Amino acid sequence: METKTEIKKEGIKKVFLESGLEVKPLYTYEDEYGKNPGFQEELPGQFPFTRGIHPLMYRKRPFTIRQYAGFASPEETNERFNFLIKNGQTGLNVAFDLSTQCGLDSDDPRALGEVGRVGMAIDTLEDFEIAFNGIDLDKITVSLTINGSAIVLMAMYFALAEKRGYDLKNLRGTAQNDILKEFIGRGTWIFPVDKSVKLVVDTIEYCAKHVPKYSPVSVCGYHIRESGANPVQEMAYAFCIAKAYSDETMKRGIDIDEFASRLSFNFDIYGNLFEQIAKFRAGRRLWAKIMREEYQTKKEESCWMRMIAGGGGAGLTKEQPENNIVRTAYYALISALSGTQTMALCTYDEAFTIPTEKSAEIALRTMQIMMNEMGICDTVDPLGGSYYVESLTNEMELAIRNEMMKVDEQGGIINGVATGKVQETVSRQAYEREKAMQDGKILKVGLNCFKKEEEKRSVEFHPYNVDAATRQVEKLKKKRAERNNEKVKQLLAGVRDDANKNLNMLTSIIAAVKEYATVGEIIDVLKEVYGEYQEPIFF
Amino acid sequence: MKVLLAKPGLDGHDVGVKVLAHAIKAAGHQVIYTGLRKSIEEIVQKAKEEKPDVIGLSILSGTHQVLCEKMNDEMKKQEVEIPWIVGGNIPAEDVTELRKTGAREAFPTGTQIDAVVKYIGELK
Repeated sequence: METKTEIKKEGIKKVFLESGLEVKPLYTYEDEYGKNPGFQEELPGQFPFTRGIHPLMYRKRPFTIRQYAGFASPEETNERFNFLIKNGQTGLNVAFDLSTQCGLDSDDPRALGEVGRVGMAIDTLEDFEIAFNGIDLDKITVSLTINGSAIVLMAMYFALAEKRGYDLKNLRGTAQNDILKEFIGRGTWIFPVDKSVKLVVDTIEYCAKHVPKYSPVSVCGYHIRESGANPVQEMAYAFCIAKAYSDETMKRGIDIDEFASRLSFNFDIYGNLFEQIAKFRAGRRLWAKIMREEYQTKKEESCWMRMIAGGGGAGLTKEQPENNIVRTAYYALISALSGTQTMALCTYDEAFTIPTEKSAEIALRTMQIMMNEMGICDTVDPLGGSYYVESLTNEMELAIRNEMMKVDEQGGIINGVATGKVQETVSRQAYEREKAMQDGKILKVGLNCFKKEEEKRSVEFHPYNVDAATRQVEKLKKKRAERNNEKVKQLLAGVRDDANKNLNMLTSIIAAVKEYATVGEIIDVLKEVYGEYQEPIFF
Repeated sequence: MKVLLAKPGLDGHDVGVKVLAHAIKAAGHQVIYTGLRKSIEEIVQKAKEEKPDVIGLSILSGTHQVLCEKMNDEMKKQEVEIPWIVGGNIPAEDVTELRKTGAREAFPTGTQIDAVVKYIGELK
């Protein structure tokens, strides 16, 4: 190639993407079509869906805006939800505090200082009733960011919907509920790996039978990447995890087409713009092929890689935080150009704290400006046909496939997580990345170049609401006193029985939450039967 | 040097503490890491057993003040005299307060890893 000679002659440095692929300074017809004589034009809405899962994409229906929100008590969170909806948000993405995420009640001594801090505190169904008061669950789809204790919170959501007269058959929404990634990054695991996977499969099975429009799992490449994985590994691990859940579900005699279309994904955006876009295009194509070729799905929707994207906390900086507004605007652009179904941006102050109302509004407006002023919704997959993007898409597809094979050769993803091998790989990479950043090999504006000395912090903190935490504990104690405790006791015994018999846990948990059994009480019963995860120490 | 790194509280963000563990090891020191979600009592107990030269707490959920007060009390209660430091999502204005609470030093996110490793290496 001529360009290669040029590079040598001019002494131009070589460029590699984070995934290790080399980037040329120029791509031509030859790169896209020349190497691929059997080339057939791809169209959105058609297998293998490289260009998008729908034929008209945003022209027909723009991406859903679903900012992550939740803090203090359900009362405060309900106010923020209403604020976001009033300002044009079309879905909710619920943040829970760490005690709820770890399955502890607000008055548990281990929850001290955590109640309502990084999300909303939930103890009983009463809290859900307050949090979603006045919100039409038919119009606003709700995504629950919950994992270790997901089965209890999903049970509460279903119980709430039933109590309010919605038909579960038509209920939409999503739970994150991807426990395997919690063992790799994020860390809100509770039970041993096999029991944790069993509970995820319980929710998939239950939804397939009773809540068919609900998405019980959103497989998260996101947190795996935040923990140190490169973009290729992010996709590969997420696909391996989605396959693992699918395999386990099929072992229960459930047909792949009964649940595959309800699996969705959550991916990370930060990094090289073209690498991310190619990653998603390649991912959509590869996932479709896996579903059709390996799993012999018959339904078209079973092949869709549906996703939420837009976040990328690891790409943001504490230094010159206003720069994060610019970064997240680029992230929004990347996810729109990648054909995401749902978008959520980090707020510019997330490197410090959870969002204030102001920063949440800026993130919301960032997406609305792009959606309404930039023509982003007019044409499907506008980068399709770009020599560079198409060529990179092909290379990424191959690289993701190879990475998945590596996982399989090492005994599969469940084994890799249980032994800590996957964690070891990503944490080593996180260290190498940090070193490269400190050595200035990876440039980060404001952090290792274009620095400003002696900055005064310009971010206003979202304050921790101690009063709300105190009120939450009082409310819990009151509820425990006034509910039918005899009945709660019986229902918790029912949960224990079902766990011992290895039954699907949702039925008994829904019954228990309806009588206001607490998150902590139910999780404790499951801990007695299943035991707790012992973390392998790897770094 | 022998360093005990610990994650108290419920926070599951362990990228930073593991990056630091790698860096401390690369600098030739010995590292013991507790893993996630340890109570302060467990951490102090571990310190009694392992006798490290320094203990490092990693806290990113914002509960650093509460947990560090507990750490200070527990260290006194169990009569352990090992210097301890804290790192994580700590606003700059909290650093002085954490020092008063008993932490030898507090390192907000964004601190150069090398600076932390150097600090640990020079601890007496």
